Amino acid sequence: MTALTVVRDEPAAGTPMLDAHLVVDRAGFRLDLTLRISAGEVVALLGPNGAGKTTALRTLAGLTPLHRGHITLTGQDLDRPDTRRWTPTERRPIGVVFQDYLLFPHLTALDNVAFGPRRHGLDRHRAREVASGWLTRMGLTEHARRKPRQLSGGQAQRVALARALAVNPALLLLDEPLAALDARTRLDTRAELQRHLAAHPGATLLVTHDPLDALVLADRLVIVEHGQVVQEGDAATITAQPRTDYVARLVGLNLHRGRAAGHTVRIGSDFSLTIADRHDGEVFVAYPPSAVALYPRRPDGSPRNVWPATITGIQRHGDNLRIQLAGPIDVAADVTPAAAAHLHLVAGQPLWATVKATETRVYPAAPGDRNRVE
Amino acid sequence: MSLLDDAGAATRPEIGVSSHPRRRAGRVPLALLVPAALGLLFLVLPLVGLLVRTPWTTLPQRLTEPGVLTALGLSLQTATLATLLCLALGVPLAWLLARVEFPGRRLVRALVTVPLVLPPVVGGVALLLVFGRRGLLGEWLDASFGITLPFTTSGVVLAEAFVAMPFLIIAVEGALRGADTRYEEAAATLGASRWTTFTHVTLPLVAPGIAAGAVLCWARALGEFGATITFAGNFPGRTQTMPLAVYLALETDLEAAIVLSLILLVVSVAILASLRDRWITSP
Repeated sequence: MTALTVVRDEPAAGTPMLDAHLVVDRAGFRLDLTLRISAGEVVALLGPNGAGKTTALRTLAGLTPLHRGHITLTGQDLDRPDTRRWTPTERRPIGVVFQDYLLFPHLTALDNVAFGPRRHGLDRHRAREVASGWLTRMGLTEHARRKPRQLSGGQAQRVALARALAVNPALLLLDEPLAALDARTRLDTRAELQRHLAAHPGATLLVTHDPLDALVLADRLVIVEHGQVVQEGDAATITAQPRTDYVARLVGLNLHRGRAAGHTVRIGSDFSLTIADRHDGEVFVAYPPSAVALYPRRPDGSPRNVWPATITGIQRHGDNLRIQLAGPIDVAADVTPAAAAHLHLVAGQPLWATVKATETRVYPAAPGDRNRVE
Repeated sequence: MSLLDDAGAATRPEIGVSSHPRRRAGRVPLALLVPAALGLLFLVLPLVGLLVRTPWTTLPQRLTEPGVLTALGLSLQTATLATLLCLALGVPLAWLLARVEFPGRRLVRALVTVPLVLPPVVGGVALLLVFGRRGLLGEWLDASFGITLPFTTSGVVLAEAFVAMPFLIIAVEGALRGADTRYEEAAATLGASRWTTFTHVTLPLVAPGIAAGAVLCWARALGEFGATITFAGNFPGRTQTMPLAVYLALETDLEAAIVLSLILLVVSVAILASLRDRWITSP
């Protein structure tokens, strides 16, 4: 396997392996994001459909040219419109796992994996040896002679990964690598994919709309909406402190943006939440749906945060029911089925909602976060 | 009118269903059935006529006549060479039309199909004007290389290729357009140049389409008459293919013409059928 090392200049310590500023203009859409990935790092590009994730991946692969910006991989400019530098796809040190794998249907699993090494100058025999090694690593030795249509979804995914890794890419790109699998296979394949990504010495970019894939597989998350980065960080930071509605929904938190003064956060024009700690200025207030309690009548006693709400939707959520509520603030609340039966919950029903000040988490909003939360 | 029909339809099927369960499925409008049957008859009857009039008793001798075998051999040989020529030139042209954006692509596509609508005799005349001894290219070819195309076996191949190539190009271009170009992108990410991608990924993916196009092309070349007789003449052993032999025999010996026709029919049907099973129906 070592015979086929793509020649690359090792980047100096501290400089990322991939340094990219991707700008693509389309009618009604603009992709503009900055990406830096170090050697051995797995970064997930997470965002809703149409956020520009796949376009970003295609620019890195050289399948879509940049309009502005640059792509610098291991110190080499692959695409820099300013200086007219352009390296075509076939000469980039990359590997791509496509969403539906795109295994060549006329070649066996072995020859699919050997395709890259063969194009990188190995003779047929050596290329097959390399491919065979990768298939063994993927636990697919006995499927080497099969054609792609004889492989299960999970097996095809692993062959696609082996094919991309067999050229020792400096940058590995994965486009929704688990989206085509059923739920059961996805669980196993995800765990295995994580093992292989962790072992990959190059930079890895994973494009996904599934937060679980991103949280499990990536060291760092870059969240894009409308072609722009809206939040970036490790899984712990992002799950604890979401900064957009999209991220809050992904990690399952209620999120409001407001102006804090002492123990009160004013949200909108005429609603306030009481918080436990003192804060001042623009802040986010986040709390889990399980922190929201529902009452048929206005509760007496201590809770300070009480507001009238109307049920707009009820869904199953794990063992509980997730209730969507409209009111002075839109929130989600989790209740047990027993509680739901007791309250006779139906859509359109008026209720009282409360949340304890101690259950809220408050953190300052950066100016750049403006207007991303209702 | 429609009211009456509806009323009838509402009552009659009940009877029909109980006594003749399959009657509804068998009820084909006569207005479609009659022309369909006539159409089939029209296509099959001439073949039947050919078989009825075949001189079965003298057939063995007729088949072994040297002229017959020569014409048959020449036909198979020229049709195959013409198909190879069409593959060598037509597949790249089809790829260009399907994969590369260039100015005037629509015009090129229209030009490619011209031989389809051009009467073959006109095609033969046009070929003479270009490749003939005094033609645009023919004069130069003759003077520079001593190559003469009209009234030679090469001329037959050229005439057949001219008429048959559009069939190949249209079939292959369609197959290329139907093929998923993302496989070609995947090949590029693995380090394959555009040429390697074409030979190792695109061609295998569209192989069934190319085979179908080649079969159509070969069949058209085998039956070519007009352009061949105009451009290559009718010289036994050199340019006299089966269709030309049939035409010539018709004026002197009807039985010979029938035998030749029968051979042409059997050979083309046999080859098309075998290729069809082997190539076209396989995925």
